[in-house]
Amino acid sequence: MSEINKADNTMPQVMREIFSGGLVRTVISILLGFLVGALFMIGSNKEFIESLGYIFARPGDALGAAFAVVNDGYGALFRGAIYNADAETFEKAIRPLTETLRLGAPLIAAGLGIGLTFRVGLFNIGGTGQLIFGMIFATFVATRLELPFVLHMVVALIAGIVGAALLGAFVGFLKARTGAHEVILTIMMNYIALYFFTFLMRDPALLQETRASGNPKADPAAETALFPKLLGDSYSLHWGLIFALLAVVVFWWLMERSTIGYRLRMVGFNPDAARAAGINVEKTYILAMALSAGFVGVAAANQTLGTAIGVTPSSHANIGFDAITVALLGGSSGPGILLAGLLFGAFKAGAPSMQVFGVSPEVLGIVQGAIVLFIAAPPLIRALFRLPKPQTTNALESIRKRMFTRGGGSK
Amino acid sequence: MTTSKETEVKVGYKSPIVMGSIGLLTLVFLGLLGRDGMVAFEISRRNDSLQLPTLDIDSSLLGVLAGLAMFALAGFSLSKAIKNLKTPIWVSIVFGAIGITALLGWLAAEKSVPIAFITGTALVLAVPIILGAMAGIMSERVGITNIAIEGQLLTGAFMAAVVSSITDNFLFGVIAAMVTSALVSMILAVFSIKFLAQQIIVGVVLNVLVIGVTNFLYQQWLTEDAENVNFPGTMDIIKIPVLSDIPILGHVFFENRITVFLAILIVPTIWFILFKTRLGLRARAVGEHPLAADTVGINVGRTRFWWVTIGGSIAGLGGAALTIGNAGAFGREMSGGFGFIALAVVILGRWNPIYASLAALLFGFSIILRVWANQVSPGIPTDFITMVPYVVTIIAVVGFVGKSRPPKALAVPYVKG
Repeated sequence: MSEINKADNTMPQVMREIFSGGLVRTVISILLGFLVGALFMIGSNKEFIESLGYIFARPGDALGAAFAVVNDGYGALFRGAIYNADAETFEKAIRPLTETLRLGAPLIAAGLGIGLTFRVGLFNIGGTGQLIFGMIFATFVATRLELPFVLHMVVALIAGIVGAALLGAFVGFLKARTGAHEVILTIMMNYIALYFFTFLMRDPALLQETRASGNPKADPAAETALFPKLLGDSYSLHWGLIFALLAVVVFWWLMERSTIGYRLRMVGFNPDAARAAGINVEKTYILAMALSAGFVGVAAANQTLGTAIGVTPSSHANIGFDAITVALLGGSSGPGILLAGLLFGAFKAGAPSMQVFGVSPEVLGIVQGAIVLFIAAPPLIRALFRLPKPQTTNALESIRKRMFTRGGGSK
Repeated sequence: MTTSKETEVKVGYKSPIVMGSIGLLTLVFLGLLGRDGMVAFEISRRNDSLQLPTLDIDSSLLGVLAGLAMFALAGFSLSKAIKNLKTPIWVSIVFGAIGITALLGWLAAEKSVPIAFITGTALVLAVPIILGAMAGIMSERVGITNIAIEGQLLTGAFMAAVVSSITDNFLFGVIAAMVTSALVSMILAVFSIKFLAQQIIVGVVLNVLVIGVTNFLYQQWLTEDAENVNFPGTMDIIKIPVLSDIPILGHVFFENRITVFLAILIVPTIWFILFKTRLGLRARAVGEHPLAADTVGINVGRTRFWWVTIGGSIAGLGGAALTIGNAGAFGREMSGGFGFIALAVVILGRWNPIYASLAALLFGFSIILRVWANQVSPGIPTDFITMVPYVVTIIAVVGFVGKSRPPKALAVPYVKG
């Protein structure tokens, strides 16, 4: 008798747990983000504003205009980022998808770095500075050294990772040693790195391109150091994607399976308890910042070795900041960051084709900001949609056990 | 008992060491290895009625003198440190002023230095940073980290330009800027106080959102119809009679746009409220020890909400200073990191409005010096001059120039128990 009752109570409990879980909240946040973006597109549309003048006489016009602009805008985004059905051949039609993968790769790698610090209870706002330091090292190897193919690329990639990690470790060291807040340190380092990079690219003896034009710009990476194309020459997708995916695997293993990851998470969960358990918290901060920046360094290598044109001071492409939103949306987990990076990569890939339809692609910045704003405050989403509070009874877990464990799991 | 005492008592020798090293760098690079030629410091402007003679000095001699003066200050700091006393803040201020003078003299070898022009421009450039820093101080003093200053400045800049253009009235523009920035701050306040969200994350996200919104509206609307919606021009320069005729000071302080005057008034006002009134005492109590404040009947949530919100409106004024107080139109992402500089300035100024304003002036100088150095002696790596204030900030945060201590309850949400 009690058995049956128990089963009856479990189902609603399970539903409640699913709806209080992160996934539902994330999906709702993304939908809300697109909704906010749609409102901005509608509000700034000329036909819609004109039709407002006679909205009571012919409300259909306003609705039609609103629908048309949203359809145009997000339709163009889809065609520019996923699949272009208007293209003549299939090869051309899937080109947008490869662009999304190409532009998403550095976001994924850098997002992993930022996500790692979130897991340790730190805030790495310095993605930009670390990316730039990685680019300095990678650019030096790629333009000033002569090595055979593959080896050159690998050395340049490692140089990028090391360069970024050094700056990260330095910030971690300053924090551990003096207690200075890493947010301020990393923001200041962003500027210092940017001006230092610009300085290096002004001097031909350092990193400036050989055909000096006066503007700060570096030589293109040597052909031996470039990431090879992944799908042949008709697509610009290159090996950067593979390295980003490898980074996801490494991140997952590091955080979920390794002792280091256990230590990192423990410090993030409760530094005092970790210290009491014999973990050197200061050392862990240094390690965490270095590892975090190391992942950002993969993105740095991607920016330096991914294209055959030389880097400029703006080659960091704001990836360091976008990575924060990627990490937030991805919930600082490997698979989450992978998906979030691809979503924001799609935004970057789809932007130009929105421009063609007269919708400013800048609206995607609003969508991106709105999504993470909703993500940042779980209680807000819960209040808006009357979702239940996070549940701790593990009814979902017990069902999973019953279904996936031999013998129905233990009682 | 012992542990807390030990950590507080030690002053250490970091300040004299840093000051001495910078003095040595100045002595060697700006002095002994400096550039030859006379520098003329112009006290009067060319069109002033009262013409004072220029101060002429050899560039490298100035560097040597500056270096020695810096050593003297370092020695003073050392004597304090030996007695286990902190280096007074005026020493740092004088030190900074000497450094800037030596740099000016080095840059302008064989040329002249228009002091009034450079200082005046530095102040105008510093005003958005100063006002942004006030927003930062007001919210951090009550315990809310404000990373969103950048977004608040940008909001203010946008609204001031657009509303001034549409209504043809600068007053409406300023009001709109202040109100809208206050609304942005309200989001930060509500998310931090009510939804207990991570304040740093909310701040970062608000910046992303404001940059997104203003970029979109700029592209979709302001560039299409610039004549009507993004053509405010700048406010008139007001000359205060008599006072504006004082050499240097007159031009710098008494011949400005209203935004600069407002900033000069707001800074001491906030200082007074914060440190000399009951209101300020309550605010600081909330930031240092919310539980104690709550116990004596202060409404922690409400105090935090209003300080953050009013701070936001002041940052909005700072944004207005960017457009209708300086540039004359809104440009894409025109706050260009001023909000983050303001954040640094808050720390450099140890959460004190007046010191923070002086720190903001340092950044103002670094911006104008880069521009001016390119004109007066092209070829000098100006990137390093631009870098100086950021490096100084790092040195300050890691505790070399007098440890700056944040309010105790900063970034800690308060849940009434």
